[in-house]
Amino acid sequence: MTREMTGARMVIQALKDQGVDTVFGYPGGAVLPIYDEIFQQNDIQHILVRHEQGAVHAAEGYARSTGKPGVALVTSGPGATNAVTGLTDALLDSIPIIVLTGQVPSFMIGSDAFQEADTVGITRPCTKHNWLVKDTDNLAGVMHEAFHVATSGRPGPVLVDIPKDVQFATGTYSAPKPSASHYQPPVKGDLESITELVAALEKAERPVFYTGGGVINSGPAAGQLLRELVEGTGFPITSTLMGLGAYPASGKHWLGMLGMHGLYEANMAMHGCDLMINIGARFDDRITGVLNSFSPGSTKAHIDIDPSSINKVVRVDIPIVGDVGHVLEDILKIWKSRGRKTNTEAVVSWNRQIDEWRKVDCLKFDQGKKIIKPQYALQRLEALTKKYDRYITTEVGQHQMWAAQFLGFEDPNRWMTSGGLGTMGYGFPASIGVQMAHPDSLVINVAGEASWLMNMQEMGTATQYKLPVKQFILNNERLGMVRQWQELLHGSRYSQSWSESLPDFVKLAEAFGAKGILCSDPADLDDAIMEMIQHDGPVIFDCLVEKHENCFPMIPSGKAHNEMLLGEADTAGAIQAGGAVLV
Amino acid sequence: MSALHIKKGSTRHSAYNLRPTFSDVQERHTIAVLVENEPGVLARVIGLFAGRGYNIESLTVAEVDHTGHLSRITVVTTGTPQVIEQIKAQLGRIVPVHAVHDLTVEGAAVERELALFKVAGTGDKRVEALRLADIFRANAVDSTLESFVFELTGTPGKIDAFADLMRPLGLVEVARTGVAALSRGSE
Repeated sequence: MTREMTGARMVIQALKDQGVDTVFGYPGGAVLPIYDEIFQQNDIQHILVRHEQGAVHAAEGYARSTGKPGVALVTSGPGATNAVTGLTDALLDSIPIIVLTGQVPSFMIGSDAFQEADTVGITRPCTKHNWLVKDTDNLAGVMHEAFHVATSGRPGPVLVDIPKDVQFATGTYSAPKPSASHYQPPVKGDLESITELVAALEKAERPVFYTGGGVINSGPAAGQLLRELVEGTGFPITSTLMGLGAYPASGKHWLGMLGMHGLYEANMAMHGCDLMINIGARFDDRITGVLNSFSPGSTKAHIDIDPSSINKVVRVDIPIVGDVGHVLEDILKIWKSRGRKTNTEAVVSWNRQIDEWRKVDCLKFDQGKKIIKPQYALQRLEALTKKYDRYITTEVGQHQMWAAQFLGFEDPNRWMTSGGLGTMGYGFPASIGVQMAHPDSLVINVAGEASWLMNMQEMGTATQYKLPVKQFILNNERLGMVRQWQELLHGSRYSQSWSESLPDFVKLAEAFGAKGILCSDPADLDDAIMEMIQHDGPVIFDCLVEKHENCFPMIPSGKAHNEMLLGEADTAGAIQAGGAVLV
Repeated sequence: MSALHIKKGSTRHSAYNLRPTFSDVQERHTIAVLVENEPGVLARVIGLFAGRGYNIESLTVAEVDHTGHLSRITVVTTGTPQVIEQIKAQLGRIVPVHAVHDLTVEGAAVERELALFKVAGTGDKRVEALRLADIFRANAVDSTLESFVFELTGTPGKIDAFADLMRPLGLVEVARTGVAALSRGSE
């Protein structure tokens, strides 16, 4: 089906044909024709953010919580450059988003025109792919290809740059066609390698599943297959920050998150295992610690849809390139056909060893009577919100790690956090995107006061659209993680790591027409959290917490999984000069 | 050893797996990249090398299939086996890249480079330059009473050797195209 229409109308038509219902954006000169089309239709809801970075993070939150691609629309020049952080964030966390940017008219490109920037040049390294459309006849094809690329293979952000004259001109629109693109990443894994993995799995004495965001990106079916495999084999399972929720936190075999601030039992299992099965994770440096002592005695299998992830940092013995869901299906099929064998006796004693490690109780903390400990605040938040249809976003820092440790996720797509890029300011706009996708759910952004201030302008968006997002701020008046590193690495010289001149968050909420709650007494915490949950509208919850609490357990820079710091007593001289240069 | 079988031309699986351990040996590889001939595609390839800190020793690019909109980029690069595998995998995930061939490991390949040499001189040096050009089967494509421009095609090593010989005979300037390469045989 082809039709003549303007480029601007094609953009809207393509979004409709791709099933888009929500666009996050901010208008400007170079996208006015598209905004004019938005004005004249009701199928797609446009959410006006207060800063373009917010639009992209909101699109990420929408994408992560639904499994569908998120869409952002911004203008040329500063609109596009403000989108760069969000694009990079989505690239590192493999989040499918489509960012549409306006551009100066094609005949003015290269003339340093008003609000001109080389958008495709600037965003080339921070997108999976991008396009500058110079002819209206090509626009529909590029729009459909953009959705295909963003969502196929390893998902990621794409950008379409549309000059204003291309938006005004008339061209031929064509509807999406399946497999029009040469870009068709393979999804099936090599059966011989999969069989090799099954054989290793049958013999393993000390196995561990190490799962990541790839399980969630692969879709709900992958999560189900993973659960079936874990329950069937009885092997322990840990996950990266990005993969939380793929296996339920209440599951019997759950070890908790691994890595730099992961749980003792998870990291010890990784260090001591004889078979590591990496499913959709990428051996990030937050996970591995020092590489030459990383899980020294294990056979390593790695399932990843991206061939460049394999052998990038850790050499693996059984590489399997393919989509996690497809590969898990084949693993289960082959394992079942060979008689569902495991080395039961050895695995039972391995699980017994793990139970010993669990007894260390690495998350223990001491909640006194006077000051709220951040861990306690999250423990209570978990207890009081668990029964709700709940989505959690976070900012970046100590609060993010505590949230990962103390909140439990039973399902995928319930946890939105900036893992790879570590973007302070991600959580609030992401919570807006999540709430748009799930209007009746409880959406909470666990934040630190410093991160939260980075995109606080989005309070305007939250109140304008009556989005009842809960901003749960653990306020220690510090850049907590920076402060912790300065304490451990830089002789407690706290250079620029405190939050001076903070706003009164309750008054700030009221200034935006929202509700503010201040809580500083542990005895009041439960009531205050319930008040937050029950308020029908956006809330800023200013939770004053212990100012100098450090986040433990911690693998210090330059150390291995079995050299974790479990508390303050372990920290003296823990990081040596070699580790200090690492981030 | 895993059961990883690498088909000729395949970029899906890592050939690194066939090697016993991570090696520090620097290897020189010639990699042919078949790309969609669209704006910015060369910038994507070069940006990948710059952004991830890989070496480019030489680079040639031209359209090879006008109707199919395909260009061929031939990159000569050096790195440890692990880095070479990463380079190929990273090239393979660029969206407009259709195929990546490591001509150094996929069997025998022919490598050729074209170069132009400007050599200025008179008397014995001029005669010697012409004599050596003849031995190397270089063509004189321009000449004045004091200079020649020679055209020479061959492997990079042959071009290096000719440049070394011309230097004492009055070599003024060299222009090289970089390597173009194809695998030998019928496929």
